[in-house]
Amino acid sequence: MDKKNIGRGATILTSGNSKKFKTGSWKNRYPSHSKEKCKNCMMCVPYCPEGCIKQKDGILQGMDLNFCKGCGVCANVCPFKAIEMKEI
Amino acid sequence: MAYILKDIVNKKDRFVSGHRMCAGCAAPVIVRSVLRSLNDEDNAVVSVATSCLEVSSCIYPYTSWDHCSFIHTAFECAASTLSGVEATYNSLKKTGKLKNEHETKFIAFGGDGGTVDIGFQALSGAFERGHNITYVCYDNEAYMNTGTQRSSATPHFADTTTSPAGEKTPGKVQQRKDMTEIMVKHNSPYVAQTALYGNLKDIHEKSHKAIYTDGPTYLNVFSPCPRGWGYNTEDLAKISKLAVDTCFWPLYEVENGVYKLNYKPIKKVPVEEFLKMQKRFKHLFKEENRYLIEEIQKEIDKKWEYLLMMEKITNNKEN
Repeated sequence: MDKKNIGRGATILTSGNSKKFKTGSWKNRYPSHSKEKCKNCMMCVPYCPEGCIKQKDGILQGMDLNFCKGCGVCANVCPFKAIEMKEI
Repeated sequence: MAYILKDIVNKKDRFVSGHRMCAGCAAPVIVRSVLRSLNDEDNAVVSVATSCLEVSSCIYPYTSWDHCSFIHTAFECAASTLSGVEATYNSLKKTGKLKNEHETKFIAFGGDGGTVDIGFQALSGAFERGHNITYVCYDNEAYMNTGTQRSSATPHFADTTTSPAGEKTPGKVQQRKDMTEIMVKHNSPYVAQTALYGNLKDIHEKSHKAIYTDGPTYLNVFSPCPRGWGYNTEDLAKISKLAVDTCFWPLYEVENGVYKLNYKPIKKVPVEEFLKMQKRFKHLFKEENRYLIEEIQKEIDKKWEYLLMMEKITNNKEN
């Protein structure tokens, strides 16, 4: 075996690579975001434990269901009831 | 610096998706909030003691930590590992071997077991030596990683697997260790107790202050655990709010010995409201155990009076 191709033990040489590990299959319900009700207050973004609610220039883009575990925290912190949890 | 949520969420994300924490866990929210309070151009070295957070955020070969260096240490030594890193950094900078124009900040995370019980000696030592580090304890009030065993941060009368509620004992018979007070007595320049409250302004401002204060600083953060406490995963914000409103978890900070209560509820909510949401306190609502709730309320009132008194005394001395 080529020794050069073996990494140093007990180290992870890249950062933030857990994005390759999808945790979306954990959920048994999913959040549904209504753009009409949403006032883009951004309350749900920092409260999401997965960090999977995406926003761009102050506009909410929706949830990345590849990572969402279906906890429902976002639906409960939303002051405008713009997020609804739905059964799969 | 005003706190505007729309700007805050645009900051660099240093803890990314794909970690294996339970659904509805508060710890990733806390970690993100703390790391978001760093200035974007600054570097960070993070050390995490063995805890839920550590075992599920860096499962080989994946890591959820981004834009920061991460060191996994054993249960006992998050604080001492970070002390060593900080000392090395200072030494390299002094001898000119490290040319880095941006500041590097040192942050340790630990659960309550890794802070209050097992890691206490290392933490106490690091504070005594006065390293320029920030220690964040996310307090979920038991050893959740191994399946809810009691720790010394577990509140009075809580049901855990090693302090079970039954005919002989009503849950944990001892009171909790008041870790924030203990760290205040280490003469730290900044010690604060915070929770995920409202729009997360409190935790953001306190983390920023802690990280950018010279010397060892300590943050104690309330971290609800849906698995261990037995409540619905979606109630994270609700349970944190109740803990603050009932004064079960007062929000306060101590800067150079001067106390400041950041939030004083106009009308204290009875602690019953907070307890009845959780399965670990279910046994207290049986007829024969009702008096225990009054006892908990008394303890909370006593602590609250103490904080009000300390605020009065320490602020008077200043004038």
